Amino acid sequence: MTDATVTNAAGFEPVHVDRQVQKLTRPSLSYWQDAWRRLKANRRAFISLYIVIGLLLFTVVGPWVWTVDPSTQDLDQVSKAPGSDRRAFVAEPYQPWEGVRATVPEGAASTAPPANFKTVGSTTTQAVRLTWDPVAGASGYRIYRNIYRPTAGGALGLPLGDVLSPEQVSFEDRLDLEPMTYFYAVLTLDRFGAVMSPPTSLEVNVVRVITPAQAVERGLVASVADVKVGDELKLALHPFGTDYLGRDLLARLMTGARVSLLIGIFAPLFYVLLGIAYGSAAGFMGGRADSALMRFADFVVALPFLLFMILFKIAFGIGPGESGIFPMLVALVLLSWPSTARLVRGQILQIREEGYIGASRLLGARTGYLVMRHMIPNTMGVILVTLTFAIPSAIFTEAFLSFIGMGVAPPTPSWGSMCNEGIRTMLTTPHELIFPAVMISITVLAFNLLGDGLRDAFDARMRSRE
Amino acid sequence: MLRYILKRLLHGLITVWFIATATFIAMHAVPGDPLSGEKAMTPEIRRNLEAKYGLDKPVVEQYRIFLVNMAKGDFGISYTQQNREVNDIIREGFPVSATLGILAVVFAALGGILLGALTATYRNRLPDVVIMFLVILGISVPSFVFAALGQLALVKINAWTGFTLFPVAGWGTVMHMVVPSLVLGLGTMAYLTRLMRSSMLEVTNTDYVRTARSKGLPPARIFLKHQLRNAILPVVTVLGPAIAAITTGGFVVELVFAIPGLGRYFVQAVQQLDYTVIMGTTVFYGAFLVLMVIVVDIVYGLIDPRVRLKA
Repeated sequence: MTDATVTNAAGFEPVHVDRQVQKLTRPSLSYWQDAWRRLKANRRAFISLYIVIGLLLFTVVGPWVWTVDPSTQDLDQVSKAPGSDRRAFVAEPYQPWEGVRATVPEGAASTAPPANFKTVGSTTTQAVRLTWDPVAGASGYRIYRNIYRPTAGGALGLPLGDVLSPEQVSFEDRLDLEPMTYFYAVLTLDRFGAVMSPPTSLEVNVVRVITPAQAVERGLVASVADVKVGDELKLALHPFGTDYLGRDLLARLMTGARVSLLIGIFAPLFYVLLGIAYGSAAGFMGGRADSALMRFADFVVALPFLLFMILFKIAFGIGPGESGIFPMLVALVLLSWPSTARLVRGQILQIREEGYIGASRLLGARTGYLVMRHMIPNTMGVILVTLTFAIPSAIFTEAFLSFIGMGVAPPTPSWGSMCNEGIRTMLTTPHELIFPAVMISITVLAFNLLGDGLRDAFDARMRSRE
Repeated sequence: MLRYILKRLLHGLITVWFIATATFIAMHAVPGDPLSGEKAMTPEIRRNLEAKYGLDKPVVEQYRIFLVNMAKGDFGISYTQQNREVNDIIREGFPVSATLGILAVVFAALGGILLGALTATYRNRLPDVVIMFLVILGISVPSFVFAALGQLALVKINAWTGFTLFPVAGWGTVMHMVVPSLVLGLGTMAYLTRLMRSSMLEVTNTDYVRTARSKGLPPARIFLKHQLRNAILPVVTVLGPAIAAITTGGFVVELVFAIPGLGRYFVQAVQQLDYTVIMGTTVFYGAFLVLMVIVVDIVYGLIDPRVRLKA
């Protein structure tokens, strides 16, 4: 269409250049955008991120939703697993019982066990009243209580007491009764107090009762007039069960999470900051100052970590009524900074040689500006990864110290100290150990996987890979 | 080589001195002294006791005496246990802790290397997935939970089979040692497995492995001579810190399994502020760890000819 001989003005129009071709098809990604995009693609890391957020919500928002006081003791429900029976029947307050007396039959001493062993009245958690027929020649009776069905020749259980009068053929048990099935046994004693007969046993189902006054006191009903004897009530709900003092496990887990996460997040935060300051100072100064600073860091690394954690914690002291969180934080910070310092120093030494630093210096940048504008932002990725890996190890350390009884002081719960309490009753009520242990494991797992994801996301070698 | 070792030992000595000094300062910063925990005593008796133990002297003087004694290898007599020298306590407790620790390290290293190599070989297949899941579990569960679960499992197994192959607690026979050292080594093993897996994967893609394969070497030979030997290096580097973590981490396992190791004495001594026992155990542990790190570095040089040990 164009011709070489065209000489008019139109022939000198600039050739149309299609600028669209030069336009990038995708906006360029900054380092952080790129890392975020890759983190989002990593499903495992992203789920972990949600778990971490959930844990924070559990700790911060949880106590507003579940407003049970973690230090209140519910002595009606001690060491109860989640989902255990909460029913209680309203009953009159306890009335003293004078017992049953009977005349002892005459005749030769009998080695037969006491006959007609039975309960009197209703068997409740207030009292279990037992009676039996008198036995000729006996000088007393002994009563046992067992939580297992007695076998021939097997153990009879807990000796409740001796009745040292043959006419007194009754016993009232008021010892820590729980709503469950007990097996009572009674046998006769001769005049020397020795066992004279085989035992008779009796299976007794005990029901939980509560007086109207107690119901009001525990906040189950508004006033005494609202309930009448025989009503069925439900005791306070403990979704995760209770511990050995009847304290609500869910509330304690939430308060304990506060301690564990506080130490787990703030201790690494502080020592990473300290490490950044120390490491960048050493890396930037270089020379003798650098080697002196790093030699000191090497010394601190060589300190036996746990021994010094314990020593420092004691050295800072815990006053009465204090939880001991602060000393533990300080001890962790003082002992853990060198690894970050070393890492940051290495990074700074590397970045110092980069071309853009030289260019910036040529343009007149001062040292402070270089550090703040170029060095620290460029080490941020590595630092963030260190931080995420430091959190689980700090949580472990806290749990470990609390577990051996050197952590937070007793009334304050932490996951570690809850494990310590739970391990004593591990065989009978495992839930007291399992819940805090699972919480620690989930938290550590989430932070570890998140750390893995972040490391992959920040790794420059992964950048080109799709 | 000799020069290098001597220089490392000298540095180690300075490190031990630093540890001793830091312990001394931390310990004396704790309010009270070994005598304050005991029952009330009259000021005269207290003064006499202080004079006997040298606690009436200025702290700097006490520090000087301590350093001189430490140089002679004498850590003094325990304040709280009658007539027992600290050296005796260490002599009694350390072999137990060390046996436990060494077994745990051996178990962790062997298990970690084997499992790591296995997962790398079967990458993204069933063995890899299963083992890596267990590894993540091993890293995330605290050692005391493992200890408790291990004990619980032993109780159940012993009750079920009717005889005790592995005792639930205590110390003495080889059978006592198996389960506690397994429990103690588990966390480190998980960590080493992960490390081994990634370094093995890296090695598999190197030129020399490809060359070996193209030469037609048998796979077993490539695996042992070319892959394993190269992949093992990062594992050896972290073995030093791992030994440190295991020996001090032994506290919990010693506590749960009622093992009469050094950890128990240390915790007791700290609670009672038994100055001499605290100093003795800390300095001893510190020296042991420093020595272990040096040994690991030398071993590293032996395994990897590329690392030259220069003074």
